[in-house]
Amino acid sequence: MTDTRTAVLSVLTGIAPEVDPDEISDDDLLRDQIDLDSMDWLNFLRGIHARLNVDIPESDYASLRTLADVVRYVDERVTTNAGNR
Amino acid sequence: MIEFTMPALGSDMDEGTLDQWLVKPGDTVHRGQIVAVVETTKAAVEIECWHDGTVDELLVPVGTTVQVGTPLATLREADGSATREPAARAPLTVAPGTAPARTPHPRISPPEAPGHRRFVSPAARRLAASLRIELDAVPGTGPQGSVTIGDVERAATAPAAAPPAAIPEAGRAAKAAARAAQMRTSIAAAMSRSKREIPHYYLAHEIVLETSLTWLTARNAQRSIDERVLPAVMLLKAVGLAAQRFGEFNGFWRDGGFLAATGVHVGVGISLRGGGLVAPAIHDVPDKKLDQLMDDLTDLVARARAGSLRSSEMSDPTITVTNLGDQGVDTVFGVIYPQQVALVGFGRPAPRVRVIAGDVEGSRGIGIVTTVNATLAADHRASDGHRGALFLTAIDELLGQPDLLEK
Repeated sequence: MTDTRTAVLSVLTGIAPEVDPDEISDDDLLRDQIDLDSMDWLNFLRGIHARLNVDIPESDYASLRTLADVVRYVDERVTTNAGNR
Repeated sequence: MIEFTMPALGSDMDEGTLDQWLVKPGDTVHRGQIVAVVETTKAAVEIECWHDGTVDELLVPVGTTVQVGTPLATLREADGSATREPAARAPLTVAPGTAPARTPHPRISPPEAPGHRRFVSPAARRLAASLRIELDAVPGTGPQGSVTIGDVERAATAPAAAPPAAIPEAGRAAKAAARAAQMRTSIAAAMSRSKREIPHYYLAHEIVLETSLTWLTARNAQRSIDERVLPAVMLLKAVGLAAQRFGEFNGFWRDGGFLAATGVHVGVGISLRGGGLVAPAIHDVPDKKLDQLMDDLTDLVARARAGSLRSSEMSDPTITVTNLGDQGVDTVFGVIYPQQVALVGFGRPAPRVRVIAGDVEGSRGIGIVTTVNATLAADHRASDGHRGALFLTAIDELLGQPDLLEK
C-alpha cells in the first residue's frame, strides 16, 4: 500500500510539478486539490501503467476520485496480476 | 548565397534572444532542421531552417536580441544549380523525436583572459544568477566562446558544484517565473490588439455528442491506455475539416484584406502551469488520422508546458481552438488571436436535457443526452454571421459522423 502510494504520488507530481506531495490528502477529491485537465489525467494513468503495469480502462475512470481510490484500485490489480502469473 | 532570417513567431512576438546555435559554419542543413534556439517570452523556440544547404557564416552571436526578419546566418546552396526560393512554409511532418544537430563534443575553451568580453545569453545569465554560479568560471561552447544555457546547466551539475538535484530545479523555477511575467505582457499586447482591431461577432451552438462519444468510447475500450484518444481530438479534427470547407475562417487579416491560408493548421490553446497560455499549431489537421492527431497533441502539450516549441508551430496557426471544458464551464467566448480571423471554443461536454425523437414515429420526447456548447468568435471584416452559422453547423454535422473524423 505504502509503496504503491509513493509510486502513484511520484507519477502525479511528475505531471503537476507545483504540487507538494506532502499536502495531498488521501480522501479529498483529487480534482479539488490539483489542476488536472483530461490530458493530464490521461498522462497520469499512462504513468501508472508504465510504472506499475496496471492499465485502467476508461469505464473505471469515474470510480477514481481520490488518491486512496487510485492506490486501492492499483493494489487490487497488482495482486490479481501476480495471482495470475 | 541564401540569407536565413529570424522567422515570425506569432503576432505578439516581434523579437527574441538568440540562446544557442545548433549548427556551425560548414555544417550541412536540411529543410525542417532545427538550427538555433531563441528565447521568447512564451517559450524557448527551436528555429527551423527551410532551406537545404551548408552553413556559411553565423551572423548573430549568442546573447543578441534580434527582431523578426533579421538575417541570422548565410547558407551556401546545397546544389548551386537548383535552389528553391525560401518558401513561406513547407508543410512538413515534424518527427517528434527529431534530435537537434548538437555539437557532439562541446569544445571546452578555457575562460577568456580578463577584460575580454564574452557573450553570455540573457537566459544563461538569468540561470547563472539564480544558481549563484560564477559566469567567469563557466566554459563557453557557443560561437566565440559565448556562454549558453547548456553551459550553465553543465556547470551547475558538475561535481564541484554545490548541492546537486535541487539546483537545476531552482533554476527552472526561476526561469519559469521570469517567463511568466513576460508572458503576461505578450498576452496583454496581443489581446489588446485583437479587441482594438478586430470587430468580433459571436455565435453559439449546442452540439449533441452522443453519436461520436459512444463511438469513441467503444474505440477506446478496445485499446490500451497508450492508444486511447481524447474527445478533444475529435473536436480538433471536426474544426479542421470544417475550416477546410469554409476557407474564410482559415487564414489571416493582413494589410486591409483577407488572406486565405493554404493548409489548415489548428492552433491549440494550452494553459501553462505557471500561468499564461500559448496556442501553437498542429499542422495539416484535416489530413491526419485521429491517432496521429492524438500523438501530436500529446507531444505539443508536453513541449508547450516544458517551454520548448518550434518556430513553425508558433507562426503557423490559421485558426485556433480553445477548450475550457475540463475546467467545468459550459461555454467560452474567445478572443481571436491576431492576425487570424476565427476562434472556436468548446465548453464542458455534459449530460443535458434535450428534446429528442420519441418512441413513436414522428413524435417527440424529452431525453438526457451529452452535449457540448460550441462557439465561434469570428472577424466580421473577413466573414458574416450567415457563413459563420454554416461553419458552426458544419462542425456539428461532422461530429455526428465519426467515420469522417477517423479518416
